[in-house]
Amino acid sequence: MNIPILYELVGVILLGMGLYSLVIYSHLFRKILALNVSGAGVFLFLVAAADRTSGPLPDPVPHAMVLTGIVVAVSATALALALACRIHQVSGNAQLTDNKPE
Amino acid sequence: MIRKNGNHLFSRPGQSIAAIGVLTLTGILGWTVWTLPPFSDQMSALISSKMPISGVDNPVTAVLLNFRGYDTLLEIGVLLLAAVGVLSVAPSAVMRADSSPSPILVLLLRLMLPFIILVSGYILWIGKYAPGGAFQAGAVLAAGGILLVTAAVRFNLSASKAMPLATGIGLLIFLIMALATMMVCGNFLQYPVTLAGTLILVIEAAATLSIAAALVRLFVGVKSDTDPPASGEDSKILTFEEENLIK
Amino acid sequence: METSLNYAAITFDGVLALVLLVLAWQLLRSPNLSKAIVLFISFGLMLSIAWVRLKAVDIALAEAAIGAGLTGALFLTALDRLQRNEANDCDRQDTPRSSQNGNPQIKSEDSD
Repeated sequence: MNIPILYELVGVILLGMGLYSLVIYSHLFRKILALNVSGAGVFLFLVAAADRTSGPLPDPVPHAMVLTGIVVAVSATALALALACRIHQVSGNAQLTDNKPE
Repeated sequence: MIRKNGNHLFSRPGQSIAAIGVLTLTGILGWTVWTLPPFSDQMSALISSKMPISGVDNPVTAVLLNFRGYDTLLEIGVLLLAAVGVLSVAPSAVMRADSSPSPILVLLLRLMLPFIILVSGYILWIGKYAPGGAFQAGAVLAAGGILLVTAAVRFNLSASKAMPLATGIGLLIFLIMALATMMVCGNFLQYPVTLAGTLILVIEAAATLSIAAALVRLFVGVKSDTDPPASGEDSKILTFEEENLIK
Repeated sequence: METSLNYAAITFDGVLALVLLVLAWQLLRSPNLSKAIVLFISFGLMLSIAWVRLKAVDIALAEAAIGAGLTGALFLTALDRLQRNEANDCDRQDTPRSSQNGNPQIKSEDSD
């Protein structure tokens, strides 16, 4: 197993863990953390796939995509955190509730 | 409203179903990873052959600002959009520190802010030859801006006229360059070969300012509690010397 | 000498991959939210080292600054705002809420 395959597998596992935590947990901050972790897994997969060249230099196009992706991820995280704090301020609860009324 | 399951959103069978689904997805993706072809050289060979006409020496900067410049233009637009969104959730966000920041933070600000500006300028400049560029420089400058917002007492960043200009100038300059090159060279964002390096540096400098300003606005938008600011004495801008005299 | 360098590289990559996975698992499953955020910051720093191993130095710079630093600061600020709002709510009313089935704690994660 060479280096790109190892990091690609780590990226896929991170994506899976993040997706599971996004679905399972109810607190909004945990969902945002889980989205960030799965995003990091996707970036790891992209950059590891860029390393599969036969020469010494990696492919720079996925590097540019991941750089763009990091900036977009931080803006989405900031917007999500602002909305979550506002939800907590308005309703007193930062956790999602069940659908059926109690 | 405490639900039955504490932290979790589903009951036990629902969690098991989610776990099985995620494990299946991960297994399929892992099998795909294992059967990918070992080498794929087309794109890197193409870019290495086109590097002399791109105007820079760093392949990642060439791809970001020249070959796929449209993506970077839209990305700066997305950052601006997120800043607008965050400020619309917290409309009375005032970029001002708390009334008594910790003295460690104030010392850190005084020592590090000149170095932050210097390092940011260096990273922006070196992006042409070595790893660096606009995004990294903008992020370092945003760190300096966040230090300023949390530690500088009586420095009211939102009363300054330069902040909206700094937030918008990256997208503005990029669009102006794109339209100008469209009028000169025929295609949107097609730089003339002799001017490519200079144009990229100008666009990156404007983008650095814009990225830093947008990231600081994002931070302030998350930080602020939507309480209206106290009127009166904190709305003037004082400099650090005056702050020393007051203390 | 070349094979010993290769073993060192393989060991380093293996340990880094393991550290990334363990950090992600711990941060997603810890009951304490501020511990999860601090683990997320260290996860970002380890990810930055992984980018250097994959010959992506630009991304390592951007991840250390934006991914670890800025996102961590955003999370910590938001958590502080959440806890301050709850403290204000608890100060304002001193009876437990009636809908809590006799459980007088506050609704969000307990902070230790």
